[in-house]
Amino acid sequence: MEIHMEYYLVISTIMFFAGIYGFITRRNLLAILISIELILNSVDMNFVVFNRYLFPEQMEGLFFSLFAIGISACETAVAIAIIINIYRNIRNIQAKNLNQLKD
Amino acid sequence: MNSAPQEAVFYILAATIVVFSVMTVTTRRILRSATYLLFVLFATAGIYFQLNYSFLGAVQLMIYAGGIIILYVFSILLTSTDKDKATRLKNSKVMAGLLTALAGAVLCVFITLTHNFGPSHYIGDEVPMKVIGTALMGTEKYQYLLPFEAISVLILACIIGGIIIARKR
Repeated sequence: MEIHMEYYLVISTIMFFAGIYGFITRRNLLAILISIELILNSVDMNFVVFNRYLFPEQMEGLFFSLFAIGISACETAVAIAIIINIYRNIRNIQAKNLNQLKD
Repeated sequence: MNSAPQEAVFYILAATIVVFSVMTVTTRRILRSATYLLFVLFATAGIYFQLNYSFLGAVQLMIYAGGIIILYVFSILLTSTDKDKATRLKNSKVMAGLLTALAGAVLCVFITLTHNFGPSHYIGDEVPMKVIGTALMGTEKYQYLLPFEAISVLILACIIGGIIIARKR
């Protein structure tokens, strides 16, 4: 019994939809950001697995995940800066209180 | 690739990823959630190592586990208040989210398992570091100097933006 490509794809699908569930149901801005992180990570894993199993002589999936990791690091840094700024203004980072920002 | 220890390692990593990614989104405390996310990222790096992409696994460990999780933990400690975990959702919202996620997961797994991907085979040779370096720094076809430079400009923009947004006024 060998490890098929579909096993990896099923794992990353479960990780992706765990992220979707968290994105819908969490109310804390940082928790929403953590869910987004799960989603991006599962997509990276898919690229690498397709690269290894379907096109093993090329490197596009490897480089795409490499650049995706860099971009998600940037996105996280800016989002956390914004969230800390929101916390300074309204002392709270719940998504339902964000309309207080305009006062 | 298909020896028994390899399979055992794969199943351990798979179980880690599934269990901890579900626990990341279901736990009430946000600091625990960040810790479970760290475990998921470690297991993903393990999967990259198992697929013989050592460079990508090292990048994953350094950037995600070393950089992003530290950022998360610091910002959680900076912004946590006591009433954060007291807010409880309505049951209908949780059910709607659960239904969406389960329906999507079942649909995607069904399509994945029934789709014919063509000939897939594992060729487990490590990509040499020299090849990665030349591909990252070359300007010809299948070489990536332009996105590399674009990423560096993006990171510079993020540094400046982060400082401007988060500084004290």
